[in-house]
Amino acid sequence: MKALSISNLKKEYQGGVQALKGIDLQVEEGDFFALLGPNGAGKSTTIGIISSLVTKTSGQVKILDIDIDENHSLAKKKLGVVGQEVNFNQFEKVGDIIRNQAGYYGLGFRKSKENAKYYMKKLDIWDKRNEQARKLSGGMKRRVMVAKALVNNPKLLILDEPTAGVDIELRRSLWDFLTEINNNGTSIILTTHYLEEAERLCRNIAIIDSGEIVENTSMQELLTRLEEETFIFDLAQPINEIPDIKEFEVILENPKRIKVTLGKGQGLNTVFKTLSGIGIEISSMRNETGRLEELFLELVEPTLKEKD
Amino acid sequence: MNATEQFKALATILYKEIHRFMRIWMQTLIPPAIMIMLYFVIFGTLIGKRIGQMGGFDYVQFMIPGLIMMSVISNSYSNVVSSFFGQKFSRSIEELLITPLPHYLILLGWVLGGVARGLVVGAIVTFVSLWFYDLSVDNWPLCIFVVISTSVLFSLGGFLNALFAESFDDISIIPTFIMQPLIYLGGVFYSIQLLPQFWQTISLGNPILYMINAFRFSILGSSDLEALGFSIYSALGMIVFFIVLFSVICLWLLNKGRGIRS
Repeated sequence: MKALSISNLKKEYQGGVQALKGIDLQVEEGDFFALLGPNGAGKSTTIGIISSLVTKTSGQVKILDIDIDENHSLAKKKLGVVGQEVNFNQFEKVGDIIRNQAGYYGLGFRKSKENAKYYMKKLDIWDKRNEQARKLSGGMKRRVMVAKALVNNPKLLILDEPTAGVDIELRRSLWDFLTEINNNGTSIILTTHYLEEAERLCRNIAIIDSGEIVENTSMQELLTRLEEETFIFDLAQPINEIPDIKEFEVILENPKRIKVTLGKGQGLNTVFKTLSGIGIEISSMRNETGRLEELFLELVEPTLKEKD
Repeated sequence: MNATEQFKALATILYKEIHRFMRIWMQTLIPPAIMIMLYFVIFGTLIGKRIGQMGGFDYVQFMIPGLIMMSVISNSYSNVVSSFFGQKFSRSIEELLITPLPHYLILLGWVLGGVARGLVVGAIVTFVSLWFYDLSVDNWPLCIFVVISTSVLFSLGGFLNALFAESFDDISIIPTFIMQPLIYLGGVFYSIQLLPQFWQTISLGNPILYMINAFRFSILGSSDLEALGFSIYSALGMIVFFIVLFSVICLWLLNKGRGIRS
C-alpha cells in the first residue's frame, strides 16, 4: 500500500503563478521520505494540498489509498501534519492545545487526555502542560506542534521543516523520536533545509524544483551518483604553495588548510599516499559539504542561478 | 467521521469557544453589564422618569427587552467575528482544516460559541435589569425562540464577516458602521410610532427592528409590530429566512475556501 500517492497534481495561484506543474509522487507505507527543494519550489504547496490548506487546481491525492476528494474525512483521519510555522493559539495552555486537537479528530475527552499525556511525556513537554504556549521557547513550541500532529496516532506524518531554527540538542532528540515512530510503523514525509537531516533519516527522496519533480529515488541510489566529492584537510605543518599534484585537484585555502576534490572512483587512500609522499602531514579531515548537499545543488543549480 | 465522533468534535470546538470567552471575562462579560447599568441609570432612572410612558409601558420596562436584545446581538456577533478572525490571523485555523472535521461542524461550533456568549451576556443583562424593574415574561417559548434564533443569526453574520476580513479593521467596520446604527434605530430606546410617517417607513426596512419588537412582544405582550400591521410570525419568518440564507452562504464560502485556503 502507498502511504501517499499523488498523480498529475497542479496548482496555479491567482495571477497565473504555477506552483505545481503536474507532479507525480509515490511514498510507500512505512517509508521515511524526504521531499527537498529550494525555497519556492512547491514543497509547502504540495503539503498544503495534502492537508487541505491549499486548494488544488487539478490532480489526485490519495492517503493510504483513500482519495482525499472521495473520502475526505477518512483520508484525513490517517494524517498528521507539522506545519512550517507555529499554528496554534499561543494564549492557550499547552495541555489544552494538544487535547483539543485530539478532540477535533472525534476522540473522546478521556482518550484525548490519554493521548495528549503520552505524547507530551514522549516529547518532554509534560512539565509545561499548564503553561501558556506563548511563554515557551521556539524549540518547545516545535515539540508542541509535533505532539499535536501525533495526538490522533496518524499513519502518515508530514513534517514541513520541523527543525528549522531549533538548537542541535532538540534537533537530535527529534531525529531519535521520529526514527522511533517510523520504526513503529508511521510513514513519514519530511521537508527540510538541513540536508544532513534528510541524509541521516530518510530512505527515499524526491527533489522538487520549480513545481516539478526533478529526482525521485532512494537515498542510497542518489548518493552513488555523486560525480565528485570535496574534502577539507587541516595540515599539521603550514605550507606556502599549492603542491604540484596531478592525480586530483587541490586548492590552498590557507597555509594550514587545503581543499581536495575527488572524482567518482577515486579513493581517499590515493590522497593520503600522495600527500604523505610529498611530506604533507594531515591533522584532520572532513567533507566540505554533505554529500547530499552537493547533489542537491547540482540538481537545482539552474533555479538557484536564476534567483541570483 | 461517524455521528459520535462528530458530536465529540463539535463539543471540543464549543468547549474551546466557551473557555475562550470565559478566560477573558473582563473583556467579554463585565463591559456589557456595566454599559447596561449605565443605560438604566441614565435613560431609565434619570431621564426615563421625565419621559413617562412609552408604547403603553413605563419607559424602563419598555427599554429592558431592547437592551437585552442589543447585548445578545452585539455579543453573539463579536464573539464569532473576533474568535474566527483571530484563528485566521494566528493561523490556528489550520489546526481545524487539517482534521477530518466537515465544514458544517466548524460553522456549527462557532455559531454555538456565539450563541453561548450571547445567552450568557443576555442573562447577565437580564439579571442587572431586575435590579431596576420587576420584570415578568408574557410568553416564555416565544422569548426563548426569538433570543436564540437572533443569536444564531448574528453569530452567522459574525462568521461571514470573519471569512471576508483580512485585517483587524475589517472586523470592526460592520459592527461600527452598520450594526450599531441599525440596533440604535431599531427601537431599543423608542417606539417607532413616535417617528413621522416617512421615517417609520424607512425604519421598517431595518431587520433588527423586527427582532427587537418580536422579543419585546414575547416579554411585554405588545410591541410596535401589531400596531404597524405586522404579525409576529412575519418577524419570526424573517429571522428563520436569514438564518437559512446566511448558513448556505457560509457553507458555500467555507467549501470554496474563501479566506481560509489559498
